Amino acid sequence: MIGFALRRLGILVLTMLFLASMVFWLTNLPSSLKKMAKSEASVRMSDADVDLWLSQNGYDRPLTARFGEWLGVLPAWQPETESTLPGRCAAVAADGGQPFCGALQGHLGRSTVFDMPVSDVIAPKLAATGWLMLYSMLILTLGGIGLGVVAGIREGSATDRIVSALAIASTATPDYVWAVLLVVTFASATSGVSPILRDWGLIDTPTLLLGTATSAETAIDFRNFTLPVLAIGLYGVGYIASITRASMVEVMKAQYIRTARLKGLGLGRIVLRHALRNALIVPVTVVMLQFPWLLNGVVIIEIIFNYKGFGWLVVQAAGNNDIELLMGCAMVAAVIVLITQLVSDIAYTLLNPRLRFG
Amino acid sequence: MTRLSLLQTIAAILSQLGLVTAALIVLLGAAMIFRRRLGILGHTMTSPVGLIGLMLVLFWVLVGLMAPGLVVQDPLLQITDMKNALPGSRLTLPDGTTVTYLLGGDVLGRDVFSRALAGAREVLMIAPPAAALAYMVGIALGLPAGYFGGAFDAVVGFFANALLSFPVILLFFLLVSPEVRDSAIPAGIAAVLFVLPTFFLLAAVNSRLFVAPTRRNWVLGLLLAFMAWLVAGVVFDADPLGMVSLDPNILNVFVAVAFINAPTVFRIVRGAAMDLRARDYVQAALTRGEGPWYIMCWEILPNARGPLIVDFCLRIGYTTILLGALGFFGLAVSPESPDWGSTISEGRKLMAIFPHIALAPALCLVSFVLGLNLLANALREESLRD
Repeated sequence: MIGFALRRLGILVLTMLFLASMVFWLTNLPSSLKKMAKSEASVRMSDADVDLWLSQNGYDRPLTARFGEWLGVLPAWQPETESTLPGRCAAVAADGGQPFCGALQGHLGRSTVFDMPVSDVIAPKLAATGWLMLYSMLILTLGGIGLGVVAGIREGSATDRIVSALAIASTATPDYVWAVLLVVTFASATSGVSPILRDWGLIDTPTLLLGTATSAETAIDFRNFTLPVLAIGLYGVGYIASITRASMVEVMKAQYIRTARLKGLGLGRIVLRHALRNALIVPVTVVMLQFPWLLNGVVIIEIIFNYKGFGWLVVQAAGNNDIELLMGCAMVAAVIVLITQLVSDIAYTLLNPRLRFG
Repeated sequence: MTRLSLLQTIAAILSQLGLVTAALIVLLGAAMIFRRRLGILGHTMTSPVGLIGLMLVLFWVLVGLMAPGLVVQDPLLQITDMKNALPGSRLTLPDGTTVTYLLGGDVLGRDVFSRALAGAREVLMIAPPAAALAYMVGIALGLPAGYFGGAFDAVVGFFANALLSFPVILLFFLLVSPEVRDSAIPAGIAAVLFVLPTFFLLAAVNSRLFVAPTRRNWVLGLLLAFMAWLVAGVVFDADPLGMVSLDPNILNVFVAVAFINAPTVFRIVRGAAMDLRARDYVQAALTRGEGPWYIMCWEILPNARGPLIVDFCLRIGYTTILLGALGFFGLAVSPESPDWGSTISEGRKLMAIFPHIALAPALCLVSFVLGLNLLANALREESLRD
């Protein structure tokens, strides 16, 4: 078990290293650096000036050396002559001179767009996105597993067919289409249910729900957060439901369920006490593995609903060629995904006694 | 400006799509008659779910093929008076011609109906070939990884898992940026993506025709020439015959989409190969003295086709959704492109006031992906029955 855990951890570190080097390479292409030089210093710089600026700020050195510094295994570069940027960690170097200053030491660099340390930029946005992910995950888990269990109790029943059809429709409708459909239905003053409800005097606001989630950045409430959460949830719920249904159908065919039936137990008791425990092993681990997918959804939904979270930040970083910020965002996303994968693995082992004692 | 009534609009749309409907009926009729000879695809037509799926997919394939003949007018043409026009609006232009915007006009006064149809062509030009390329790469790497295991499996598996644990959208922001497009990276990835299937195809043919060297040499030569032609046209935009050419932007998107899908396919194929390598027919082939490539390509792969075909259908749908998401970030093919993702993204800015602009492409996208999912579902049930 300890050997397995160590191996797992080793692969995790290697994966991180591989991803970090790939992202570093792709964000530090020569043309990106030139673009950054122009946006930092002056748009009308000549090519010679751009090269001079890059060498003054330490960007003309080999990619591997700069990656080592970013990572924190090589001493940070210090400007010798006058340069416009203060170097990797001037603030730390000024009071005591800490030569290593990279991701391993907790310094992700400086965002050029926000003119702040990358970690300070990411942290609040990640918190905002956390709420969106939390609520979407709740819908996914409760809705998907609930529907799947109900459908899987009796294979081929009317409920099963309806849930299966809905699941297919849900996975065929991506989150951005759900967003369009939901806004047209619930957040439009001219179409959908809002005009009718207003005529009946049931709502006194122009629309039932809000089509933007900007106000949710300060206070989340039902009106501003329902639609973004639903858009993500409705796209993913079908997949979880079909996985749960398949698992439930499998379990309901098992010998011990037949035994329980022959003993004369009621259906409710069989489902709750005998079937669920075994049927939920797969769905629970699959739900944990939805994090990379959820991060995709969050990026799109944040753009559509104008919610300034992690996804919005990624778009800003990519659109403005903010190299260190994009690098930081990518690494944070990779860490989140890898940790959830690890947790999912552990959960699978813990939930499945056959693996624990095997 | 006058407006057609709802019924008139629907009738006009149907007559505009008459050619597609006719072709669809002919094809489905022919398929129904010969369904016993069509193998698994014929079987899916016996279930209503499969039939609906097949109809939807076939409909969009036909629309994609015939789009230039079906559009009411140039999907890029802007008519100022038709800005945000409602569905069914009809306008007589100063030169006397009458234009009808069956599904209304968009923010720039372009025809939503024509753009939706032209968008089908854009999507169908990228999504299925990209999924196919991802499949070729996944099979070329997954079969030996699953069959041999060992160091090769460990190394390729590591890279596949690493790519899978990276959010797709971020990968896209990194791979489809203008800086990357102007570099040699897309061509490099494309070269690798094409070289792997070429080797695989050569190995497959070689192992099969090993006993007939003359024929083998001919087939290998033709195959190599074909792949070289494809690579020259697609990757380097230097097709000597001038038939295949790709805009660098499309190449970048195409390569990125194929690259992102390949690791998942690799995992599926690897799993299937690991599962099947212990089967009796593999043992029999080993006893006959067949080489590993013969066993992989002609014993394991045909027997693993069921789940692969199902996943292929789903993957085309997933790729379509992914392309749509790209359109949302302005990373799509070109700024004016009528592809569904870009049009939904443009339309959403006004969706609370003029919902038709975003709704039309959204429903197109959903119906196409739904068709693929239904078809995949029917195929899965069919393959489970055997």
